[in-house]
Amino acid sequence: MVFNTPSFLIQVAALVVALAAVHKPLGLYLARVFEGTASSRPERLFYRLTGVDAGSEQTWPAYLRSVLVFSAVSILAVFALQRAQGLFPGGPALPGVDPWVAMNTAISFVTNTNWQAYNPESTVGVAVQMLLLAVQNFLSAAVGIVVAVALIRGIARTRTDMLGNFWVDLARTSFRVLLPLATLAALVMVLGGVVQNFAPTDVTNSAAGVSQVIPGGPVASQEAIKVLGTNGGGYFNANSAHPFENPSALVSLFQVFLILLIPSALPYAFGRMVGDQKQGHTVAAVMATLWLASTALTGWAMATAQGTATAAAGGLGEGFESRFGPAPSAIFAASTTLTSTGAANVAHDSLPPLAGGVAMVNMMLGEVAPGGTGSGLYGLLILSIISVFIGGLMVGRTPEYLGKKIGPTQMKLAALYILVTPLLVLTLAGITVLLPDAMANAPATGPHQFSEVLYAFTSGANNNGSAFGGITTSGPYLSSTMDVAMLLGRFLPIVLVLALAGSLARQAKIPASTGTVPTHGALFGTLLLGVTVILTALSYFPALALGPLAEGLLK
Amino acid sequence: MTRSSTDTAPGAETQTFADGNPLGTPGAHKHHTKTPAKLTPAVAAALPLAVRKLAPGQMIHSPVMFTVLVGAALCTGISVFRPSVFGIAVTAWLWLTVLFGTLSEAIAEGRGKAQADSLRAGRKGVQARLRLPDGTTKEVPGTELRLNDVVVCEAGDVIPSDGEIIEGVASVDESTITGESAPVIRESGGDRSSVTGGTRVLSDRIVVRITAEPGQTFIDRMIQLVEGAVRQKTPNEIALHVLLVSLTIVFLVVTMALAPFAALAGAAPSPIVLVALLVCLIPTTIGALVPAIGIAGMDRLVQHNVLATSGRAVETAGDITSLLLDKTGTITFGNRRAVHFHPAEGVDRAELIEAARLSSLADETPEGRSVVDLAAEHGVRGPDLAELEQGAEPLTVVPFSATTRMSGLDLGGRMIRKGAASTVGRFAADLGGRTPEEVERQVRDISSQGGTPLLVATAGAAGARVLGTIHLADVVKPGMQARFAELRKMGIRTVMITGDNPVTAKAIAAEAGVDDYLAEATPEDKLAVIKKEQAAGRLVAMTGDGTNDAPALAAADVGVAMNSGTPAAKEAANMVDLDSDPTKLINIVGIGKQLLITRGALTTFSVANDVAKYFAIVPALFTATFPGLGLLNIMGLATPSSAILSAVIFNALIIIALVPLALRGVKYRAISASQALGRNLLVYGLGGLIAPFIGIKIIDLLISLIPGIG
Repeated sequence: MVFNTPSFLIQVAALVVALAAVHKPLGLYLARVFEGTASSRPERLFYRLTGVDAGSEQTWPAYLRSVLVFSAVSILAVFALQRAQGLFPGGPALPGVDPWVAMNTAISFVTNTNWQAYNPESTVGVAVQMLLLAVQNFLSAAVGIVVAVALIRGIARTRTDMLGNFWVDLARTSFRVLLPLATLAALVMVLGGVVQNFAPTDVTNSAAGVSQVIPGGPVASQEAIKVLGTNGGGYFNANSAHPFENPSALVSLFQVFLILLIPSALPYAFGRMVGDQKQGHTVAAVMATLWLASTALTGWAMATAQGTATAAAGGLGEGFESRFGPAPSAIFAASTTLTSTGAANVAHDSLPPLAGGVAMVNMMLGEVAPGGTGSGLYGLLILSIISVFIGGLMVGRTPEYLGKKIGPTQMKLAALYILVTPLLVLTLAGITVLLPDAMANAPATGPHQFSEVLYAFTSGANNNGSAFGGITTSGPYLSSTMDVAMLLGRFLPIVLVLALAGSLARQAKIPASTGTVPTHGALFGTLLLGVTVILTALSYFPALALGPLAEGLLK
Repeated sequence: MTRSSTDTAPGAETQTFADGNPLGTPGAHKHHTKTPAKLTPAVAAALPLAVRKLAPGQMIHSPVMFTVLVGAALCTGISVFRPSVFGIAVTAWLWLTVLFGTLSEAIAEGRGKAQADSLRAGRKGVQARLRLPDGTTKEVPGTELRLNDVVVCEAGDVIPSDGEIIEGVASVDESTITGESAPVIRESGGDRSSVTGGTRVLSDRIVVRITAEPGQTFIDRMIQLVEGAVRQKTPNEIALHVLLVSLTIVFLVVTMALAPFAALAGAAPSPIVLVALLVCLIPTTIGALVPAIGIAGMDRLVQHNVLATSGRAVETAGDITSLLLDKTGTITFGNRRAVHFHPAEGVDRAELIEAARLSSLADETPEGRSVVDLAAEHGVRGPDLAELEQGAEPLTVVPFSATTRMSGLDLGGRMIRKGAASTVGRFAADLGGRTPEEVERQVRDISSQGGTPLLVATAGAAGARVLGTIHLADVVKPGMQARFAELRKMGIRTVMITGDNPVTAKAIAAEAGVDDYLAEATPEDKLAVIKKEQAAGRLVAMTGDGTNDAPALAAADVGVAMNSGTPAAKEAANMVDLDSDPTKLINIVGIGKQLLITRGALTTFSVANDVAKYFAIVPALFTATFPGLGLLNIMGLATPSSAILSAVIFNALIIIALVPLALRGVKYRAISASQALGRNLLVYGLGGLIAPFIGIKIIDLLISLIPGIG
């Protein structure tokens, strides 16, 4: 059994202790960044160059416009420069990227998905990796965070239309949060043995007697933001299973720590900014409970799949990273799918069916435990609003969340939010399985073929980016449907979240009394957990039955 | 203070305390109370209406049930062309599901219909005596009266429409709307000038200016209300519908996507099965019962003799966080009562009590009667006035008057008086008596405690003597403190409004246990308090009856006007209490909360049910293709057909099973929100998860005996 081995338990405990230790100071720091008024020197320079008036604030439509314009420009820039890659000086001469793949990659990196329809080693050079993809790794993570911050402000503020200034929030997140943390993380990674160079690397495998040249590159610096920003786009195709990206079990654990770092600190910042720390604790506790349950379930699913025969044959089997063993693979797989990361130290396609199913469920939950940078928090806050609506009715009050009424407008926005991803996933997967040509891109047979398709759209619509790699999505049909999934899966929820933030900010605050449903504590946490799990289970249960359950449940 | 008169409808103050339940149950009311209708005749009566409601034009208002209707129609078509036992059975139960939904609504409406019919009957053929500009009168049908027409009503007449008395005074029988048989006095000017169409003048003659357009009278509104004809979705119902519709959309896509998914696996389910799955998954239970819950909530309010202008007001009542309560008549009895006798030094207590009693016999004011009552409590029960008249000694009665502020008797040679300290003191002094120092101190003490001191004195041949004082005080109604404690537990702040001085107000506020008080309040102060509470984000409810209450009633989130109040007050309020009972506010809050709780509980139950239905249907669909999925058949259902049919049947029957709960409402308890949430989550959340596993299994055991299914 993986989930009760000392190695599994120690690693899980180490993560919990480390995150518990840093979430408070980091959360406080985040709250200070977004509540403060002073600007640092690089920020002032940025404002001067872009002509942003740092003192002004935006209404929700203006804030949304900024998000959308910024993202649209980013997509076009990343697309155009990939196409023009052949014209870049220096580096290994790689031709311009195929247009379908270039668009897919542009959307993928701007939406924080980092689905990789391409093979990095043979498609994109160092320049594209550093100037485009790494920059987007910072910016897309920052966009998620600032949208969450806007929602927090909507909850915390009263009788105002103003949600803050997108450009100011973006600059502060980049300069004061992501850059310093990523620099620190990259240094640790270099110390841990992650490659950081600009030269091809010769590697001689003495056992096999083969010598080969593996491209090097500024891997550690890319790697840091890949995990810190819950991006997941690997420098190498093998992602965190590549020894240059992830040389040891310790670095692997450090990567998981970085994946969970910002999403698990945001609830503390939330509690701080709404002036009620217990709210943040409850959100964090729900995230932690789901993370622990899912990680244990993944471990269990991996263990049950390791038959006694494989154990007898030396314990090696399919479905885990053989350098580290099953425990780090289970922890990494659960954490990468419970956030919007999608990095992988194990091929998810090869996970035992039920473990692969858990990975899908993790994404289907809406990636809220602890979720992507920012998107995890706003996802769980939306689910909190649905929960408080049901809970509020059950105590005889028209519902309110942190003093804000949840009326028809708020319910419309919240209900649409939870509709977006199931509708995208089920519709796109439903259409795709009807098309034999499209299905030919997933050469597996039986339930596993269906799982690969279901996984791809689940990953795309939830902006995860991990894959059941058996499927090839670089063709026009799959790459463009994935584009739709990623774009709508990212920006429709953002539209709804910002509209919700605007509608909440306008309201006056109703003081809490003993007649108010408390949105903190074990009771509400349980309700929130129940709503999150049941809404997911109800939307995807039949699909899961035909995929991982059909494959994994054997009589 | 605007409550210039302390009269409330007779019997009003006793009834709210008749039941121990803090927020009252409908059962406590003496009329309009229906014994819980036996469901069987109610169902039979509602059936024709339920069938009429199946019209797609009506069904579209409930998207959840409309989806079921479309599904049922689809299955009917399939069953006609490809009949099978299973297909026909599923189709039949889908139709029953739709019918059960409309039936629940029809039953709820039927409960109000009987009441509406009797109201209508009372107004048939009412003739009005219209006063023409030249002063003559003309008989016209009551239904033709327009705004500002002037009619004359005499003893025995039914008042033809709502109006305001502009001339005269009359006793009026309002039993048609209040159910209260004791007549009430209505007179021109002041706060008791409004009359209601359909009530009957018992004595005297009044001239009434009509204040309602035809079809807009009080009774018309009441009829519309109890029939559910004017029902509009409330904001909370809309929000709930948004959630239900979005769940319906999700499940529509889930089932539609399942077709290609399953086809890929070579296990394509039949359309009937897909429809069955869809109907089981969408929240039909709550979708079917939402209208019934709303109508039943209004009905409960009407049973409490409260008329709301909209369903929205009822919901808001559940949200109230501050209650503004008039002291007089709500927190205390309408009048001050004698609570203590203080004899002067050297005076026997028994003598004081006897004198106090005798002097109050002729005082018909409530204060006077309370002195007699208090004496009786002390065991002093002497002769009454009639017996004294029969007696040997000559008797002269000195009734209480506002100018003398004194009442009493002259019995033989003895003059006995009680009254305001100054006047009785003067009375004694004129006859050579003197008010002792300590009695004067006593008088000051009583005043400073917020009470009213009355002096008792006798005068005879031996001169005048001051015997002592009677302490009159506001008496807080029994049980008030417990009630306010319960309100506090529910998170509701109580604010007492009184015209008393701050000292008195503070004493009574402390005794009653209210959270706050406003002394020496003017109507403007009331409005200011409401604005202040609202600015702090609270929702305020208040009662009122005077014209000068109207601005505050309009500003309050829930304003309840007394039916005895002025038309202006009733117009400004969003509820009218036909019993004119200010404590009703507390019941109204309970009804609002009960309405919301019922909605929330059934939503939770409905959604939680889906888990079990998946465990019934998914293995039934795919076990043949993937035997491993048989592990999900944890209920051990007999066959795929029986499993699916059982889920459909359960889904239909649960609607009918929950109709009584929807009509009755989930029991409301005065407990804190977290306690209530924990309780209801356990009952309806966990219960909703578990119940269908048991129900479906039982149905499966039965129907697996049917050939072609089992």
